[in-house]
Amino acid sequence: MFISFLHSAIRFSTIFLFGSTGETITEKSGHLNLGIPGIMCIGAIGGCIGERLYLSSLADMTQMSGFMAVFVPIIFSMLFAGCMGLLYSFMTVTLRCNQNVTGLTITTFGVGLTTFLGNTLNKEGFSQAAVYFRQGFNSSSDWFSQLFLTHGTLVYLAIIVAIITAVVLKKTRTGLNLRAIGENPATADAAGINVTAYKYCATILGAAIAGLGGLFYIMDYVGGSWEYNIDALGWLAVALVIFSVWKPNWGILGAILFGALYIAPYHIPSNNAQKELIKMLPYLVTIIVLIVTSIINKRETQPPAALGTSYFREER
Amino acid sequence: MVKALGKTKFEPLMHISKRSDIEKWKSWLIRIGAGVLGLFVCAIVSAIFTKSFGGFFSSLFVGVFGSERRIWKLIKDIAILLCLALAVTPAFKMKFWNIGAEGQTIIGCLMSVICVHYLGGSLPNAALLVIMFLAAVAGGALWAVIPALFKAKWNTNETLFTLMMNYVGMQLVSFAINSWDTTGHAMYGNLTTGLFPSVGGNQYAINIIIAVVMTIAVFIYLRFSKHGYELTVVGESVNTAKYIGINVKKVIIRTMLVSGALCGIVGLMIVSGDAKTITPSVVSGRGFTAILVSWLAHFSPIGMVLTSFIVVFITQGAGQVSTDFDLGSGAFADMIAGVFLFFIIACEFFINYKVKFNMSHGIFKPLKKAQERRAAKKAAKEIVADNLGDALAADVVEDKISDEEEKG
Amino acid sequence: MGKAIAIELKNITKTFGEVVANNNVDLDVQRGEILSILGENGSGKTTLMNMIAGIYFPDSGEILIDGKEVVIRSPKDAFAHHIGMIHQHFKLIDVFTAADNIILGEEYKGISIKDEITAIRDAHQKENSEFFDYNPDEDAGVLEYMSTPKRHKKGATALSVAAVPFKHLFRRIKFGWLSRNRAQAIQSIANRYGFEIDLKKKIYDMSVSEKQTVEIIKVLYRNADILILDEPTAVLTPQEIDKLFNVLRRMRDDGKSIIIITHKLNEVMEISDRVAVLRKGEHIATVETAYTNEQELTEMMVGKRVELNIDRSDPHDVADRIVVENISATNHDGIKVLDNVSFTARSGEILGIAGIAGSGQRELLEAIAGLQKLNGGDIWYFDPNSDNEKVDLRSKTPVQIRNLGVRLSFVPEDRLGMGLVGNMDLIDNMMLRSYRRGKSIFLDRKSPKTLAERIVQELEVVTPSTHTPVRRLSGGNVQKVLVGREIAAAPTVLMAAYPVRGLDINSSYTIYNLLNEQKEKGVAVIFVGEDLDVLIELCDRIMVVCAGRVTGIVDGRCAKKEDIGLLMTKTSQDEADISLKHKEGKNG
Repeated sequence: MFISFLHSAIRFSTIFLFGSTGETITEKSGHLNLGIPGIMCIGAIGGCIGERLYLSSLADMTQMSGFMAVFVPIIFSMLFAGCMGLLYSFMTVTLRCNQNVTGLTITTFGVGLTTFLGNTLNKEGFSQAAVYFRQGFNSSSDWFSQLFLTHGTLVYLAIIVAIITAVVLKKTRTGLNLRAIGENPATADAAGINVTAYKYCATILGAAIAGLGGLFYIMDYVGGSWEYNIDALGWLAVALVIFSVWKPNWGILGAILFGALYIAPYHIPSNNAQKELIKMLPYLVTIIVLIVTSIINKRETQPPAALGTSYFREER
Repeated sequence: MVKALGKTKFEPLMHISKRSDIEKWKSWLIRIGAGVLGLFVCAIVSAIFTKSFGGFFSSLFVGVFGSERRIWKLIKDIAILLCLALAVTPAFKMKFWNIGAEGQTIIGCLMSVICVHYLGGSLPNAALLVIMFLAAVAGGALWAVIPALFKAKWNTNETLFTLMMNYVGMQLVSFAINSWDTTGHAMYGNLTTGLFPSVGGNQYAINIIIAVVMTIAVFIYLRFSKHGYELTVVGESVNTAKYIGINVKKVIIRTMLVSGALCGIVGLMIVSGDAKTITPSVVSGRGFTAILVSWLAHFSPIGMVLTSFIVVFITQGAGQVSTDFDLGSGAFADMIAGVFLFFIIACEFFINYKVKFNMSHGIFKPLKKAQERRAAKKAAKEIVADNLGDALAADVVEDKISDEEEKG
Repeated sequence: MGKAIAIELKNITKTFGEVVANNNVDLDVQRGEILSILGENGSGKTTLMNMIAGIYFPDSGEILIDGKEVVIRSPKDAFAHHIGMIHQHFKLIDVFTAADNIILGEEYKGISIKDEITAIRDAHQKENSEFFDYNPDEDAGVLEYMSTPKRHKKGATALSVAAVPFKHLFRRIKFGWLSRNRAQAIQSIANRYGFEIDLKKKIYDMSVSEKQTVEIIKVLYRNADILILDEPTAVLTPQEIDKLFNVLRRMRDDGKSIIIITHKLNEVMEISDRVAVLRKGEHIATVETAYTNEQELTEMMVGKRVELNIDRSDPHDVADRIVVENISATNHDGIKVLDNVSFTARSGEILGIAGIAGSGQRELLEAIAGLQKLNGGDIWYFDPNSDNEKVDLRSKTPVQIRNLGVRLSFVPEDRLGMGLVGNMDLIDNMMLRSYRRGKSIFLDRKSPKTLAERIVQELEVVTPSTHTPVRRLSGGNVQKVLVGREIAAAPTVLMAAYPVRGLDINSSYTIYNLLNEQKEKGVAVIFVGEDLDVLIELCDRIMVVCAGRVTGIVDGRCAKKEDIGLLMTKTSQDEADISLKHKEGKNG
């Protein structure tokens, strides 16, 4: 009972982990991207389009290769989401638009586009493809395999991406430069770092990673059927960034906690009304973390200092 | 000299500088230009699905102005969006990034419905409406003041706090609906009491009256009241506010109370004057759109009348396009509205910054050549015209230019 | 004999909107010299240097390095040309260590894979009989070839070539990885030039002088041989300045070109080989320091002979107005910013406060104004309107202080960030002090309008109208608006922090006159200044602060600059005796 609950929590955490890792990279460059929920939707629809194109290229479903059925949607998902990241960075970096307003519009647009296309897209064969997404290393029933070895590809990918991101941010020059831009772009610029290029790359890469969260939800979690609930989860991914104090490695644990809280209503005997109250928990926990970190007010747990401001070199 | 060495000097393609000031008409010209351009791009995007470019425009305008009913729908939607935009404005002017209007409004809705649920039928409608009003105002204000208190005390990030409060609010509504519901459909039926009466046969009249009153009231509050002055100073510079002895914490809390109370009123408007029921998504993202409306109008209440019109116009019109061409849900309208808004947001850049292209850059070579050609043509024409008379001029010029091109 | 010219500027022009910051400026700097760029605030010195450092891009004109024309589009280009700039406001990331700040933005400079392979092939062919090995220098990618007695084996060439991409990748990763002992490598550079600094310290734990040291090490680490220092001495004590100058001389003797931006004449005379003078964005002249003097330079700098005398009348009807007793305060990092400060400000007198920037001047004024929380001590006010009644000001808010009937005016250091609201027009800014008047919930804009018009007229504020946002006014006019408003409140105490910073000479004198007028009227004036000459000529008494403590109060009429300088840098209480003879005893 508990093992299966934890298993589901780890699995569900993937969507938050992709979203928050992507958003962390973006925020480290000083951009608060409130378009992440929309971008995750776009990632989902991008992946579905990729899957459709791949499946349509086959003569019949029996020819489906497991690798391609997973690989093609991942590439498409990142491509589509990355394009939204490009749009966001063009508007906020080059055109220096207000980040909150741009982000919210991206969310409106992304949700609209995804719902619109998602309803019309032919989803034939998706459930077979989803089997490959869900395939784990083994299916033994001992607790260790159940918890750690039975997940689909994207679950491991999310954890690997989060760890790599954490290491790059902390231990490499690239991470150092990126953090510098988020703290003080003028200083980074004076040090010879190409601020614009870094901002673009961080935002696009962040969006591409976040997009995979949407893909995971559609192809793995709900198994290839079209269910539309991604943007609410996207906001939780944004919340997770704060919860993990801008550290993707902590984000892994945070994501599992969020996953556990989110699926708790379905594992705890309760009536409909009570379920709705339990669903409130992830939001409440984030609020509490937000309050606690603001009360402790340590330098290490503060947001990047230049978060939310645009940088213009010739400002006087 | 540099070129003689076989190296071309690389120069930046364009140069961006901040404008100190721009004439009003110029900035409006840029905005209108962006709007027109945006509409065209929307038409192109929709043509991908509808295969009809012109159809977009006709559906758009017919959908908005095509019948009396549609015009009323437009006005009704503007009223609600405008009121929400007005509600978020005091907080934004104070640079308090309250993106929790959605939640504050839905709590307003919930409080109104609670009044109807428990008091409906036992009180005359007028008395019920008064109680609903007070409850909605209290609910919205409460939802807004919680993040404000923490912001004032510990500087807790208000953007994320208010964002989370939205979802807590929505879950509360789901909880309430599920608790009241006995059928198992998780739906709340249509209200029969606690509705706004129709005035002169128009059921939206009260909403429209509230919108007009609120516009004027918020305008006066921000421009002429001491409260409005204080919150503006806090928004411009907290240091200045402290320096002249403004109690910043008090202003933050007070302004959020006002902002939340106004959101609560909008909640009542939605319940009693529009939706006539409650669902967790009854505000349907308008709390976020309102931020956009307010920001686009530079936080000016009068400007918001225009910006809320533009936003409602494009959404409703695009909705009609999707109906006419059988594109399904309102999602298409959201997408088109998004595309359009990108243009409106992006055009602010051209108002705030001046872009000067570097004409010596390689990209402009064809352009420059054309320009030189035109200049040469003009010069040659003048010379030839003097010597030979106008009749022959044109032919000679053409010859001369083709000669030159051969040489070059 | 003429040294080689390192960098040359020709006809450089730069405008910001309508403002011409530099107009057709020509300038050259030689190898192994120290060039001072002298000019008043706003003369375009920093803008000009920012164009060399790649922060701004010139509208027109050319930059030549070693006689070749170059385009500097970004700080990165500047580094490539070995130009390093130390900005007045340090460009350091607070939450990073010093070492991380120094390596920030450094690029991998290895040779390309292709070049390396070619080099190996060539070497193998040339030295056919000898075996050789190559030893890549990890930092610079320089190849060193060594002969060995071993015979050259066939296939070794192919093997070496095949290994190149991997070695290359390995070196890149090694470069990109932040090793645990990264601070040690840089520490050796610091030690070579004799800097004493712990590079593992976070910037937010450092003093101003330490931060400057980090900046200098940073440019040296980047192999700069043209160093630009923007007002490097503004924040340093005289001892630290001496140390800095020694370092600069050592670097000059090393063959580096050093440009110092300054407006302090004595430093120009002391350190530089040549001086370039800028005035209102134009290059006036470049002269050899040995053949000029301070008088001549001043004339070039300000354009006309300046009457340096500031009128100072003798104080009359002197009475204690503000008495500060043993106040202490800490900032939010827990560092003591005010340490047991006591003094008296008297009516009809200007009390100057001297000290290195950031020694507690701001906190002191803010404590009196009710903006700084105190840990201990008392602040008393003697009300002249009610027979010098004693009023307690300690731990009161600005509103409470005003409600007690204390007429306190305060011109803060940060004009547009604190004293005024940049985006509001003159009228709304006038209202900042007075908007609360009356019981109505609505604003009264009539009397502020009259006041704004009066100030514009009396102080000759240049503005299109009273409806213009103040951020569009020039620095001097902004300050006139601010001081005008503060004086209009008919204060009994007037505090002004750096009121002439960034102002041209004429505006500065307007401000001095206004302060003197207030003094004549019996106002207790407290003036925080940075220019010691002005303090000595303007103030009746000068209080010197250092690291949050009062190190002495001297009489402005007989004070010596050197003595004040000494007091400014005194760090321990034991030395207090030295200045005792300067302490003013008569009126105390």
